[in-house]
Amino acid sequence: MSYHIAVCAGIVPDPLQTLEPVSGPQGPALKNEMMLPAVLDPWAAHALYEASHLAKNVPGSKVYLVSLAPKAKLQQVLMTMAQKVAFELVALDGPSSGFTESADVASALAAAIEAIPGLDRSQLLLFGGWESAARAAGTTLAMVGERLGITEQFQGVDALKVGADGSLEILERVEGGKHQVSVCAGAPAVLGWATGSLPEPPNSPQTGMQNMRTVMPALQKAKPAQVGAHAFLSVSLPKQQRTTRIVKDVPAAEVAREIAAWIRGS
Amino acid sequence: METILVLLHPDAEGAIAKAGLEAIAAAHGLGGEVIIGLVGGNAAGAAKVIGGAGRVLAVEGDAFSQSRYATDAAAAQALVAASKAGIVMAPATSRWSRCLAGVAQRCGGRIDSHITAIAPEGVTRWYYRQRIEATFTRAELPWFLLLESGAASAWQGAPCDGTFERIAVEAAPRTEVKGVVSPGAGEQTVKPEAELLFVAGAGWTKKQKDGAAHVERAGELILGIVRTAGASLGSSKSLVDLSGEGQAVLPFLSHLNQVGQTGSTPRHPKGLATCCHGEEPHVVGWRFIQDRRAVNLDANCGWARGKADVLYVADAFEVMEELNRLLA
Repeated sequence: MSYHIAVCAGIVPDPLQTLEPVSGPQGPALKNEMMLPAVLDPWAAHALYEASHLAKNVPGSKVYLVSLAPKAKLQQVLMTMAQKVAFELVALDGPSSGFTESADVASALAAAIEAIPGLDRSQLLLFGGWESAARAAGTTLAMVGERLGITEQFQGVDALKVGADGSLEILERVEGGKHQVSVCAGAPAVLGWATGSLPEPPNSPQTGMQNMRTVMPALQKAKPAQVGAHAFLSVSLPKQQRTTRIVKDVPAAEVAREIAAWIRGS
Repeated sequence: METILVLLHPDAEGAIAKAGLEAIAAAHGLGGEVIIGLVGGNAAGAAKVIGGAGRVLAVEGDAFSQSRYATDAAAAQALVAASKAGIVMAPATSRWSRCLAGVAQRCGGRIDSHITAIAPEGVTRWYYRQRIEATFTRAELPWFLLLESGAASAWQGAPCDGTFERIAVEAAPRTEVKGVVSPGAGEQTVKPEAELLFVAGAGWTKKQKDGAAHVERAGELILGIVRTAGASLGSSKSLVDLSGEGQAVLPFLSHLNQVGQTGSTPRHPKGLATCCHGEEPHVVGWRFIQDRRAVNLDANCGWARGKADVLYVADAFEVMEELNRLLA
């Protein structure tokens, strides 16, 4: 038993950047979008770490990183990510904007996965983030799974345990901070990861060198993806400015009394 | 106007959650014919409660009583086909959020989630994790919409005779649902029902006035407030990342506590941030906190100014020592 794990992961602006929407020829975009530092989508990155962990524990398994992004930006992001875990890159050249159509992205990703040479669809685990930090809709991965004919799908996954019989025990986030426990008979399955439980792996120059042998050719071969957007009526930043009362030069005991009264609702 | 199908999953007693009633009200606000689609649970009981909202279709059976992609998707697909709806609405529960994108794919439609407002001219949702808001419309049908709680007021109507049409669906899932588990301790994750969200920032782990870090005492003070005030515990990303890297930093914090751009955006009436310094990514976690106060040492903190209602410029260790004593 071994798995072919395809991890769908886009790139997003570094969360520390200030974002401002602008109108572009293809619809809404971010101001200076191509200049903003980018990172691999955080939840998808967790999916990649979990995929690597699973592949290490199940001999013969292989991890594919499938990404649709402007390839120059993707190359920058992979300079760091390629040092973290081993993978084979499948790259598509196209916009990574959150305003693009998720059905178009799903179509392109599914076609790219189907075209992976030697992919065993019966042992395919399709990983990704349960939502991105861009569109944040949580819809793309499920549509990719449907296009690949996978009807066992899980979203908000925090843990995966493989049984001796190849069954998959999965914990999914549900309402009230709880987890639903399900047991799937085995691959193929779709797992949209939340944070999982693994820390970010340390950088390994050796892994980076190994990955870059396949990353650069994959980026050069990246096919352009046709991704559109629907009709936006308005795109804006939330306008919410509060009048902040500053309390300073007041003893800590007095501050505590005021906060205690506020907590008690008196 | 297109026919609107509202998908709901009643519980075993036939009760519909408030978010489901809000979806019904939102559908009626659009003006088309409204059809209710029930999956699992006690359809007969639910039909008596919401039958006044429109024609009711239901997929019943043991296999459909559990939240599972294969069965929920098959049921929703059958209901969409039976209703011939152009618009399909559902509350953004974990159950519908898991399966409806796949159903939209099967039906050749489009889907939008996290809808916060809906009107005949378009729908509104957030992008970039609550940092940009957009209103838009679509021509493609069927159009699936997952509504956030609070997008409409709850539908109210008189009970009726509970008539409904049963839709037969075959499903052979390969997944067995074993149940639901909760994290062991109350402070292990954000508690949705809590009145107060207490957010611990990275400042708790930094060197204090005496030149030393007091992580152990910080942990005692934070947990003290969380327990005495019955608060939900949130954390900034930096603090969670430190614990994820295996450092001995507030070990009770996990990614489940993380609020903000890459964490959750919880909804509580009150929020108290302590030792938090940051800009937009942090504010994202507070988008739905109504009454916000902060304690930190920087009067010009970019996060607190203009975002919090009250900023106490004080030493959080000293304030929380006293607050623990007052709330005990």
